[in-house]
Amino acid sequence: MKRYSEKLVEAGFFFSAAVSASITFFILLFMIVFSLPLFKGGHVFQVLRLGWDPYEGTFGVLPMIVGTGIIASLALVFAAPFGVGCSALISVFSRRGFGRFLRKIVEFMTGIPTVIYGFIAIFLLVPFIREIFEKGTGMCVLSAAIMLALLILPTIVLFLSDAFDGVPQEYLNAADVLGASPCQKLIHVIIPSSWRMITSGMILAAGRAVGDTLISLMIAGNALQIPGALSDSARTLTAHIALVMAADYESPEFKCIFVCGLILFVFSLFIVQGMRMLGAGKVGEKR
Amino acid sequence: MKFKLIVSLIVAFIFTFTGGYLAATGVLDIFSGQKGTIRIAGGTAHIPVMKEAAMRIMKINPDIKITVAGGGSGVGVKQVGEGLVDIGNTGRKATADEIRRYGLVLHKFAVDGIAVIVNPKNHVIQLTKKQIEDIFAGNVKKWSDLGWKDRSINVYTRDASSGTRKVFWKKALNKGEITQKANFVKSNGAMKSAISVDPYGIGYVSIGHLDNTVVAAAIDGISPTLESVQDGKYTIARGLYMNTKGHPSGLTKHFIDYILSKEGQQIVNAKGFMAVR
Repeated sequence: MKRYSEKLVEAGFFFSAAVSASITFFILLFMIVFSLPLFKGGHVFQVLRLGWDPYEGTFGVLPMIVGTGIIASLALVFAAPFGVGCSALISVFSRRGFGRFLRKIVEFMTGIPTVIYGFIAIFLLVPFIREIFEKGTGMCVLSAAIMLALLILPTIVLFLSDAFDGVPQEYLNAADVLGASPCQKLIHVIIPSSWRMITSGMILAAGRAVGDTLISLMIAGNALQIPGALSDSARTLTAHIALVMAADYESPEFKCIFVCGLILFVFSLFIVQGMRMLGAGKVGEKR
Repeated sequence: MKFKLIVSLIVAFIFTFTGGYLAATGVLDIFSGQKGTIRIAGGTAHIPVMKEAAMRIMKINPDIKITVAGGGSGVGVKQVGEGLVDIGNTGRKATADEIRRYGLVLHKFAVDGIAVIVNPKNHVIQLTKKQIEDIFAGNVKKWSDLGWKDRSINVYTRDASSGTRKVFWKKALNKGEITQKANFVKSNGAMKSAISVDPYGIGYVSIGHLDNTVVAAAIDGISPTLESVQDGKYTIARGLYMNTKGHPSGLTKHFIDYILSKEGQQIVNAKGFMAVR
């Protein structure tokens, strides 16, 4: 009887796992099918190359690909050191008192809707950035990257502080016996032994940065150029989809959306793979 | 207990009737006793008029629910064509192709101008048509070229599904290009708030959205006002349309009739547009 119920539960879990996995697969398939007409017509290289000007009949999304890449990686570069610092404070240096308080705040931050970040940035960050550069609108790559960094910071911090907490106590005791300061413990014991978790956290954060729509839509400026400076306005693939979504279903603009989706998919695939390889290499060295 | 119930029933009865009677005055009486929803989406210039009309109708008859969404003219055509909404608003005339494909019926209810706007801090409030073309094309890059500070001009534009953009492009820019450096915003409201916080920005909105947070530039010496649009001196103007799939019926028809009634057209005027009747 017990066996039977266990099997049932197992089947249930298997079913839900299969459903969630296949949804990802079906989305990919769906996007491939819908972007097929563009692939067939040989327009794909045009899509990857030329500028976007529907009135002229060119539908290139290269500026958006570059925009997404630059904004997301900048955000990660900004957020990573702060993330490591915060989680070190929470899990290593100040496990009670301030660290615990900080963790509560970070947990609260995960619940703030992105639209609020965007909204606040328009009034506080954008005018500030505009006056610093004395050029452009302040709606630029830098503003968007800063706000995105803020958005992905909680993901990184929570992941990392869990990772740091998970370091076996024996390791820490051994380090203590050898007379290591907390700082030495962090650099020589905790970070190396939780490297895999750190990379997973970064993957998640990078995924969020690439996938977020509202922040870049609201404060990156959405210009159709390849950004050449931090103060230049740029458009990400996600913002592009949101902006073009309103076009006519029959129009080539609209069909381009599926190609954009496909590119986004490939983007995150590359990120996940790249980070995994990075993580795997390090772990092999240390253990 | 029973007595109380009967009394409250009677009171409710009386209230319903007198309430119904009091509300059933004026043009709005076509809505009394009606029930249902009207879904409206599309052009963002239309929103102030739609919201006001919806509020007045729902106030006298809470059984009617009217939802007003934006999205742009492109969304208006698409959603009404696919039956997602009852009325799809456009800030341009639907194209022959759109009318044919979706079987649209057009209801023009107002005439609107499109104003070039700058921040109140900006000293450049007089522009020529040529200068506007040059600014939006990215040929004139600095405000100092127009006699103001040595700061770059930040051009704001709307996405391709915007009716405001289409009309502005045709009538103000003579179908000239818009610079790749232009920033994109998603509605008339967003355009206004972008310009109101950017001292070096320039953009364009429906004149119904003008208020003291932005300044409308005079073009070739003519300010965009209701009067100058009305007498035809200000030429960057367009009709505002409600579109339905086929001829409207039921509540949707009542709503359109209301907008085109005397009271509805007064709302149109009060919101800064020109009435058509």
